[in-house]
Amino acid sequence: MLNIRNLHVKLEEEDKAILKGVDLEVEAGKVHAIMGPNGSGKSTLSYVLSGRDGYEVTEGSATLLGHDILEMEPEERAAAGLFLAFQYPVEIPGVGNMTFLRTAVNAQRKARGEEELSAGDFLKVVRERAKELKIDADMLKRPVNVGFSGGEKKRNEILQMAMLEPKMCILDETDSGLDVDAMKLVADGVNALRSEGRGFLVITHYQRLLDHIRPDVVHIMSDGRIVKTGGPELALEVETNGYADIVEGAA
Amino acid sequence: MVAEAKKAALEERLDGLTLPEGGGWLAAARRDARDRLDAVGLPGRRDEYWRFTNPAPLVARDPEVSDVSQSPDPFDGYESVVITIEDGVVTLPDTLPENLQIGTLREAGEADIHWAKDIYGTLEAMGSRPVLRPLATLNSAYATDGVVIRATGPVAKPVHIRTTGTGDPILHHVVRVDADASLTLLESGTAGARSNVATEIDLADTGAFHHIRIQGPDHVRHPNTHLFARLRQESVFKSFTLSANGLLARNEAVIELTGDDATAHIAGAAFGRGDFHHDDTVFVTHDAVNCESRQVFKKVLRDGATGVFQGKILVKEGAQKTDGYQISQALLLDEDSQFLAKPELEIYADDVACSHGSTTGAIDETALFYLRSRGVSKRDATDLLVLSFLAEAIEEIEDETLREHVGGRMADWLARG
Ligand SMILES: Nc1ncnc2c1ncn2[C@@H]1O[C@H](COP(=O)(O)OP(=O)(O)OP(=O)(O)O)[C@@H](O)[C@H]1O
Ligand SMILES: [Mg+2]
Repeated sequence: MLNIRNLHVKLEEEDKAILKGVDLEVEAGKVHAIMGPNGSGKSTLSYVLSGRDGYEVTEGSATLLGHDILEMEPEERAAAGLFLAFQYPVEIPGVGNMTFLRTAVNAQRKARGEEELSAGDFLKVVRERAKELKIDADMLKRPVNVGFSGGEKKRNEILQMAMLEPKMCILDETDSGLDVDAMKLVADGVNALRSEGRGFLVITHYQRLLDHIRPDVVHIMSDGRIVKTGGPELALEVETNGYADIVEGAA
Repeated sequence: MVAEAKKAALEERLDGLTLPEGGGWLAAARRDARDRLDAVGLPGRRDEYWRFTNPAPLVARDPEVSDVSQSPDPFDGYESVVITIEDGVVTLPDTLPENLQIGTLREAGEADIHWAKDIYGTLEAMGSRPVLRPLATLNSAYATDGVVIRATGPVAKPVHIRTTGTGDPILHHVVRVDADASLTLLESGTAGARSNVATEIDLADTGAFHHIRIQGPDHVRHPNTHLFARLRQESVFKSFTLSANGLLARNEAVIELTGDDATAHIAGAAFGRGDFHHDDTVFVTHDAVNCESRQVFKKVLRDGATGVFQGKILVKEGAQKTDGYQISQALLLDEDSQFLAKPELEIYADDVACSHGSTTGAIDETALFYLRSRGVSKRDATDLLVLSFLAEAIEEIEDETLREHVGGRMADWLARG
């Protein structure tokens, strides 16, 4: 599904290397988790994969289902099936959440040569998915993320993911700032989307999310590299001992 | 003493123009305006409020016009009492809702006694005192016709003045809203014309006036509008203008709060590209206690377009407890476009709360990336962010149905622009 080879990334503006040779492969149907200290490059990896400006790939490659995504515009990557749930979802005043969702869903359908969803069909699906995430009608009407609580913003990210039905989902700290119930809602939302043809890359600091979303593989990132890969037990080890041993062991 | 250049410009502009026929009070008001005009001449590039906007296209004798005489009615689908002005010819509606009187300026001018007499040219002259407004004065002298509207109580349906035709119309409207009366005025047009439209609005105690104006989307267009409003005690004035495209739009508003506890809001959303030039020039005077005024102007400029905002709040001595607010913002979609702002506060009372701000910014890259990461093309994402930016001005429209109507129209035009 997602194949990252020896990825080196520096900031465009200054000579600062952030990713220093990331190797990672997420297979269809699998959930991979990435943990790692603050500033190790997790969000950067997610941004580079989804096409944010400001970064320069100096070496390596990243492909989605065999397509080189690094050459694509962000919207092309989305249409190809990539989705990033943001660590900090963006507020867009004056644009209704519903309008935004519909524009996004139809833009992707159009890009893939599919027919646009009718207003009626769209409404039906949104209402259903929103209900599962306990997002009420009012939140759908309000401007995108404006005045949403931290937890509401994260649930809204999952709603977008559910509507867009991407092939490869990257979740950047979707659990931070969530209370126990909201965490469960988000995890249920993710679990509902788990399927044979879909891959997940879940960035998190906490074992707790991984209790709900059982990962197949756990990676530890440090200083721009994956320094250790293992099963779910690796997350438990981090929870008890912190990163020090792992990071030093790798160095 | 009028500078020679201004005098020459006036002479050239008036060449071929004659004072409209007719006698009575209107003729006298016209002559008075003509005398005042003679004394001041026409605006020049060096005048204080014309530094950002070249008046030449507005004062030239021969206007640049297109052959677009009629663009689609932007209020289509919104129920209203429609007055059409086609090539200067006013057609009044057959039936009127309660509490509404409508006439043509020409007819009103023939009457021996008419309520419009005390307003016509009077508010314009008042508004021309702190700052000269020669093009408005020219309008008072040479307007060929216009509409006089009086609300004597709450008027259930909005009145829509729809102006069509090309050419160079000079129109003058007079509005009076009586005590406890309320009126909503919609305005659309003109199409491919250079137009000079003055509207004087006199609000009695507790009168309420709402004004929604849509200009565009034709590009070869030179609207020059002047609003003069006088507010008395507890009266409410709210005006909003949506402008799409236009070679040169100069929208002036002069608002005088003369009665205590009055409220005046004026807002605008404008967008255009290339040789688009859009100028809002606003002057709000607080001359009473505990009044509130608010100016909210937003412009989206691209491909070298120019936006101008000149807004002043003058708080006179004794106008205590004034609450004055002003914000002007521009979103520049490229480095060739420019926003020129001249925000001014002049305060002679000590117990007031006045604030103003002006910002110029580019598209928020983070928001743009967020939208694109959801599959929205760069172009559509930019459109959404433009809408988002203009939404704050649209929010100034109080009536929800109208707000949605105007917002929808704006979205359509943006998508096609
Ligand atoms: N645009 C940028 N400008 C300057 N520094 C940047 C930029 N983007 C990333 N960095 C730096 O790169 C490093 C990695 O940042 P990144 O946000 O990817 O870390 P992270 O692993 O997601 O951290 P956290 O766990 O705190 O979210 C940090 O040192 C950060 O300061
Ligand atoms: Mg991060």
